[in-house]
This record gives sequence, structure tokens and C-alpha cells, in this order.
Amino acid sequence: MLDIKNVGKTFNPGTINEKKALNNLNLHLEEGDFVTVIGGNGAGKSTMLNMVAGVYPVDCGSIVIDGVDVTRLPEYKRAKYLGRVFQDPMTGTAADMQIEENLALAARRGKKRTLRPGITSKERKEYIELLKILDLGLEKRLTAKVGLLSGGQRQALTLLMATIKKPKVLLLDEHTAALDPKTAKKVLDITESIVEKDNLTTIMITHNMADAIRVGNRLIMMHEGQIVVDVKGEEKKNLTIEQLLQLFEQSSGSQFTSDKVMLSK
Amino acid sequence: MEILLQLLNALPGSISQGLIWGIMAIGVYLTYRILDVADLTVDGSFATGGAVAVMLILNGCNLWLAMLFAFVAGLIAGAITGLLHTLMGIPPILAGILTQLSLYSINLKIMGKANQSVNVNQTDLLVSLRWVKELAFHNPLITVGIVLAALIAIIYWFFGTETGCALRATGANINMSRAQGINTNLNKVLGIMISNGLVAFSGAFLAQYQGFADVKMGQGAIVIGLAAVIIGEAIFGKIFKNFALRLLSVALGSVIYYIVVQAVITMGLDANLLKLLSAVVVAVFLAIPYWKSQHKAKHITKSKGEKVNA
Repeated sequence: MLDIKNVGKTFNPGTINEKKALNNLNLHLEEGDFVTVIGGNGAGKSTMLNMVAGVYPVDCGSIVIDGVDVTRLPEYKRAKYLGRVFQDPMTGTAADMQIEENLALAARRGKKRTLRPGITSKERKEYIELLKILDLGLEKRLTAKVGLLSGGQRQALTLLMATIKKPKVLLLDEHTAALDPKTAKKVLDITESIVEKDNLTTIMITHNMADAIRVGNRLIMMHEGQIVVDVKGEEKKNLTIEQLLQLFEQSSGSQFTSDKVMLSK
Repeated sequence: MEILLQLLNALPGSISQGLIWGIMAIGVYLTYRILDVADLTVDGSFATGGAVAVMLILNGCNLWLAMLFAFVAGLIAGAITGLLHTLMGIPPILAGILTQLSLYSINLKIMGKANQSVNVNQTDLLVSLRWVKELAFHNPLITVGIVLAALIAIIYWFFGTETGCALRATGANINMSRAQGINTNLNKVLGIMISNGLVAFSGAFLAQYQGFADVKMGQGAIVIGLAAVIIGEAIFGKIFKNFALRLLSVALGSVIYYIVVQAVITMGLDANLLKLLSAVVVAVFLAIPYWKSQHKAKHITKSKGEKVNA
């Protein structure tokens, strides 16, 4: 479903701030794969997702989504294949627009935007049903401005927007990191149920090792712009955090250092 | 008492002017508030609209057609700014200034000289300040009022369409917009085009109203537009929540601006100081939200400090 082939990216090349973010990265995802990604600061996790999404161009390599080479497509054209949820709850929704307007925008992802109404009454009914799934009471606040919602509500809404049109790949960039533990769990639960229901191919970056092990069918660890650990299926299910850290040290030759990850262990 | 009578006497004229500039202010509102871009093209495109309309009218063109061409000229001016910004990566304010400057030459070329007059005695016009006190359909209050209402209706409809929603989203959250497959560059260009189309349309009205077009007629237009937006929001912001009503409040803001201007002039203010006064008022009103947030920030540090001491 997704093929990242030999992708490299260096930020600020030739300057004192030069940063090799991705180093000949390769990743292949089968349809329905749910991959969790962990790694230290600057390991290249977010850069990998941003490369897939087309936020900035790759230096080399190619990105293929479901047989379509999207390497040269601008971000807004790739959006048709992707659903995205960001770390910052402010990023995924338009605060000044209503809940239903945000959903309507997402429902038209990948379609030509015409002079037809931006939202129809038929859609409104569908959105009420969709919002009920979240169990956050948003179905009663269809015309409320999104800016009035809490971070958790906004992330849940963004998740709904990301999946309202079934994406080829769902990209979750630490989408629970900015939430309090209880809300984070709720959003993660919603994530799992949506992914399972639609059998979505998903990449989820997380800083929570326990989540990374528990959720999904595959786990990768990144270090210095490369994938250093890649475990799947049964092996992943039986993994412990200690084993994971050991695996990391063996394959990367260094200690796993990320305050955020270690603290949330 | 005499001043009050004078003011009352000048009121229809101030309101007419306010309504005409109100169309322009709505254009500014679309870029400044919806698209979140301060577009300075308007100072040039306002005069372009006036110049195009006057020259076409002098050459016997149908009046409404002349208005349409003025609108199209504004669209083109806006497209230039939009492309300078999106295609060439020039910051929007600078892109607007570049277009505005080049429009000065273009406006001179359109008119052949710095100003051109249309005499209401010799040519048919849509509006004229001569008619402000006539009880007839061609009274500018009525003509401009109806056109303004129609424009608000069209803009309201447009921003409810898929394209209009995408445009609003582009201004509201550009990252989210791209993630939802919206071509944000295209929408920025489109938004700046529509804005300048309205501004030029307004300029075409004003040229007829005052009986001439002048290369300098748009000078400071952005400030008047912003003043109208700010006044409208300050007075009607709490009660007008609907988008159409908000557009109306901008137009009313412009009317209030011109009534206030008329009042201070009648009371003896040197008219030469008018632009200075407008700029100061706009600067202060733009600063108020910032000051408010600063004040809040100070408050937080203070109470936190107290806790530490206790």
C-alpha cells in the first residue's frame, strides 16, 4: 500500500545547521498494516511522515502509494490518498469554522471543489451519526466553532476528518502527545476502533512504548534517519519494553535516549 | 446648533460616500479577515477601477458594462499580486506594494493624464453627488444601497459553496487546508482577486460620484478599509454573528467612518490632518487586542509570583 524507497532528506545542507533527517530510508507497508513508530528526538519520525505527506520535497528516493508514484506531487494533491492527524490539536482543524464545516471540507478531500453548496442537509445527518461514534457529545454541537472544543475533542474530530473519506494511508504524528493521559487514552481507543472498522493502513508515531507495543501489528524504531528495529506479528505482541530497549541498543549501537519516551514508560 | 444643521445637511452625502467606500471595505475585509493577508494592492486597484470606468464612459460605453470592466480590471490587479506572492514567493505585503506602485503607471496610461472628469451634465452616470438629496431612484443612497445589498448576497452565497469554504479554510488554517487537499495557493490568488475586483468596482462608483477619476484617489484606501472593518466589528461584532451581517457591519463601519469624518471637519478640524487622524485611529484599534493580551500575560506572572512568595 505504501512504499518508501531510498528516501533521503537533509535540512539546511551546507550550513552549520545541517541536519541529516532521513538517511536512505526504506519502508514497505501491506494493506491493513498498522505500524507504530518510536524513536528518540531527531530520529526522523516526523520527517518520514512529512515526506509521505509531501510537506517538503525529498532529496532522493521515491514514495509510492498504492501503485501511484507521488514523489513529485504537491502536498494538496497527495492529500487525496492520505488522512493526517498532527501532534498539535490546533493544526488539524480550522478553529474559526464550525464542526460541520470542518467535516464537510474533509469529506471533499481529493474531489474537485465546485460552486455547489459547501455542505448539504443530507451530509449534516451523516455527520451527526459519525460524531455519535466519538461519544463526546459533539453531535449536538454541529454548528459550534471548533475553537471552542478541547484539545482532545479537536483531535477526535481531526481523526474523523482524516478518515471520513477512506484514506489509502492514515498518518498519525504523535496525535495523543499533547493530551492529558485520560483524554489520550480515549483518543487512542477511538483511533483503534476506526482503524479496525475500515481496515486502514496506518502509521502512528508515539512516545509511549507500552502503546507502541500494544497497538497495531508492527513496530518500528528509528534512529538517525533509519529504521533500526522492525518487529511484526507474534514477536511484537510478546515484546516487553526492556526487550525493546535491548533490541534498540543492539541494532543502533547506542543507548535509547528520549526523555519523553523514558518518562512515559 | 448651526454645526448640527450643517452636519445634517451633509449627512446624505456622507452616507453615500460611506456606502461606496463600504464596497471597498468589504473587499479589504475579505483579504484581511478571511484570507488573513494585508493586501496593499487596493490603493492602486481602487484608482484603476475609477480610471477604467471613467475612460469607458467617456467613450460611450454602457454604464453597467463599464462597472463590469472596472471589476475585471480589479480582478487582474489582484491576480498579479496573488501570483507575485504564490508563484514568486514574495511576502504578501510587499507583493501588494509592488502591484500598487506599478498600477500608478498603468492608471496614468489608462487615463492619459493624472485625472479625467466625467461631467454629469454631459454624460449619463449611475451615481452623482448632485443627486444625493433627490427623491429618485438615481439617488446614490438608493443605487449604491441596492448594489451593496446584491453584492453582499452574492458574496454570502459564494462563501457557502465548496470553493468558498475552501477559501475560508485557506485563511483559517493553511496546514489543515493542504492536508484536506485544498490548493491553498490557488485560493489565495482567488481571494485577492475577488477582493480587488470589489475594490475597483467601488472605485468606479466613486469616480462617477465625484465626477472624476484621479491617480491618487486610492491613496490610503487600505487604511479607510481597515478603519471600516474595525469600526464595524467594534460596534456590531457582538450582535452580528452571521456572515452576511458581518459584511453588512463592515459597510456600516464605512458609513460611520464618513459621518465621523464629516463631523470633525464641520467642527473645524483642518482637513489636511484627516489622513493622519485616520491612521492614528486605525493604529490604536489594531493595538487594542495586542494590549489586552499583554495585560493578561502580566496578570498571570504576577499571581504566579505571589504564589511562590506565599
